[in-house]
This record gives sequence, structure tokens and C-alpha cells, in this order.
Amino acid sequence: MKTVIIGTGSFAPPRVVTNDDLAEVMDTSDEWIRTRTGIEQRHISDGPGTTWMAAEAAKLALKDAGVEPEDIDIIIAATTTADNCFPSAACEVQGILGAGNAVGYDVSAACSGFIFALHTMDGLMKTGAYETGLVIGVDNLSKVVDWSDRSTCVLFGDGAGAAVVRACEDGDRGLMCGRIGSDGRKASVLACQARTMGNLLTGTKPEPGYIAMEGQEVFKFAVKKVPECVESLLKSAGTDMGDVKYLVLHQANYRICESIAKRLKISMDKIPMNIDRYGNTSGATIPILLDELNRQGKLHRGDRVVLAGFGAGLTWGALLVEW
Amino acid sequence: MLEKMKEIISEQLSVDADTITENSNFKDDLAADSLDLFELVMALEDEYSVEIPAEDLQNLLTVGEVMNYLKEKGVE
Repeated sequence: MKTVIIGTGSFAPPRVVTNDDLAEVMDTSDEWIRTRTGIEQRHISDGPGTTWMAAEAAKLALKDAGVEPEDIDIIIAATTTADNCFPSAACEVQGILGAGNAVGYDVSAACSGFIFALHTMDGLMKTGAYETGLVIGVDNLSKVVDWSDRSTCVLFGDGAGAAVVRACEDGDRGLMCGRIGSDGRKASVLACQARTMGNLLTGTKPEPGYIAMEGQEVFKFAVKKVPECVESLLKSAGTDMGDVKYLVLHQANYRICESIAKRLKISMDKIPMNIDRYGNTSGATIPILLDELNRQGKLHRGDRVVLAGFGAGLTWGALLVEW
Repeated sequence: MLEKMKEIISEQLSVDADTITENSNFKDDLAADSLDLFELVMALEDEYSVEIPAEDLQNLLTVGEVMNYLKEKGVE
């Protein structure tokens, strides 16, 4: 049994915030942001949040796949910024789509979330329990960004991407293999507390938490761990980057992607980029990028693509897909 | 050590090795931004098998300061 991606979709809120827009309200500049990150603009929601974006991306993916909501057996949403503590984003999307025959739940792996969700979906599909699945990567980071911290707030944007998958008889296409990992010993280098402690006993009200990041540690982690993970994945599949058309890499920072390319000894031509238009949308970057490639007709039957993510946890993962 | 440092720095920061001296300031003279320095740190860590934590980087502004730092860490 192989898990095959049969449709993709993506969505970002219509409001675009450029670097110049940010420079008007904080001490930064287009030049500073562009040269250090590759970001030129990001989409930011001024109204509805995670569930809305996820549902819009999901509808587009279902349309692309030609699948009706009632045909979905399982929905896994990767997010760390669900609108609610409960219900889950996946259950809310299920409600909006009217996918009455599905089971839905969320996974939390920050920027690696879509990889973790798709890997989990692949494992479940292989049990034979589900035939059609919906995997969503969605984040509404603008609500957890510390807008007074100019070193981090310029990096992030809001968005969602989705993929419809189907369990197919073993053939040459589909998810070939995957690797995911985490290291909680480094949890503090990139963190966002949900809310502080506060209850009847402490006599205080909980306060919301915001993103805090140690840039150098995250940079080093990404640049070391991702090439290691991708190389080990490809080795186990008996192949190498020469056989891979694209490395669909989490869009955190253009220069991180460049360093990863350098370490993998591949050209940036193999790493499609859209960080200039979206910024870092966390769990959504990989499925948005995959959807763009799909819609641009850049993925053909037989093309091998590696999806790779890294992020808070620390977490990382890579999947080899034959289109 | 200076020669090796020049080689690493010139590769990482894409600057002419001849322009690098012990007094070169990474930001002012070699036009390195924070991400260039992260790359340089990683290259130095690989080359000399040391770990350079983020908090130490703040005090390393010139090539000479990095050389002294590495010597204190036992690098020959």
C-alpha cells in the first residue's frame, strides 16, 4: 500500500503587509529584512484565523483531487496556532466541509508539522484502515508574534496548505519513505508559551505567550540537521539528490535554505522558494510550496521530490515522494 | 592560525583573503551581518572541533578576538 498525493490546495489571507509597511511602524527596513531573510511581504489576517484558512486550503485541495467531503476518512491538521484549545482545527475543518465520515485531529510539530502529519497519515494508511485522507498545514503566527521584537516579528506570516491523499495499490508512485526526529533538550531555543500559569490558587490571570527565538541556535540546528536527515533518508531509499527534482524545504529564511543547499552540494535551482511572498508561515510553508509547484505544472508523474521541514521542538523531518 | 582563518573567512564571507588582518572587524570591515557570522561560526566549529555558543559571539568583533578566543579554547 502506498500513500499518493492526489490533490493540493493553499490559501493565505488577502491582506498583504510589505517590509515597507513594517518599516513605518517599527525600526526596520526593507533592505535589512530582504538581505537577511529573503522576505519581501507576508499575508496577515485581520479577521478570521486558523480554521478559516485551513478550510479554504482544504476546499481547494478537494477540488483539485476531485474528492467530495463525505469521501474523506481522516483529517490530520498540523498547527500550533489553532483558534481554540479545543475543539481541534481538524474537527472544525471537518464541520465546515461537512466531512461527516471522517475522523479529525491535530498534530503539533511547529514548522515540521506538515511533515509529521503526512508521515503519520502514511503510517495510518498503510494499516488499511483509511482510504482517503486530508492533511493540512496551517498557522496564524501573527497572533503569537511579539510585535515589539523586531528581530522575530518581521519573519512570520499567516497561511494554510493542504493535500488530499489516497491509499493506492503498491506502484512506483506515492510516499516512498520518511524520517522524523525531535530533540526536546533544545526546546527552549525556539518557543512560544501557550499561556502562563494562573488559576484559583495563584490568584493571577493567565497571560498569553509570544514567540521567542535564539537565532543562532536555530540557524545552526537547521543547517546541520536538515542535510543530515535528507541524506539519511535518500540513502535508505537507495538514491541521492541527483535523482531528486525538487527539495521542497520549509521556508524559514532564504539564507538557511542557501546554506542547506551548500551542505547538500545542490544548486538553489532544486530548492523552490516563495518566502519572498509569504514569509515563514510555519506548518503551512511546505504544503503552500507544494501546491504552487503542482498548480504551475512543475510536477510530473515519476518526478521525485523531497519534502523537508525543521522547527520548534526541536523537530525535523523529511519525506521522499514520487509524484 | 591567521592564514587558516583568512582562508575560512574569505570563503564564508566572500571577501579577498589579502584584505583580512587581525584587526579586521567583521561587521565594519568585512561587511558581515549576523547570519554571515552564524555561517562563519559553523565553519570554525567544523574546522577546529570547538563549540562557540551564541552568547560568546557577542564579544567576538574582530579576527584577532576570534583567534584569541580559539586559543583560550585550546586551539593551536
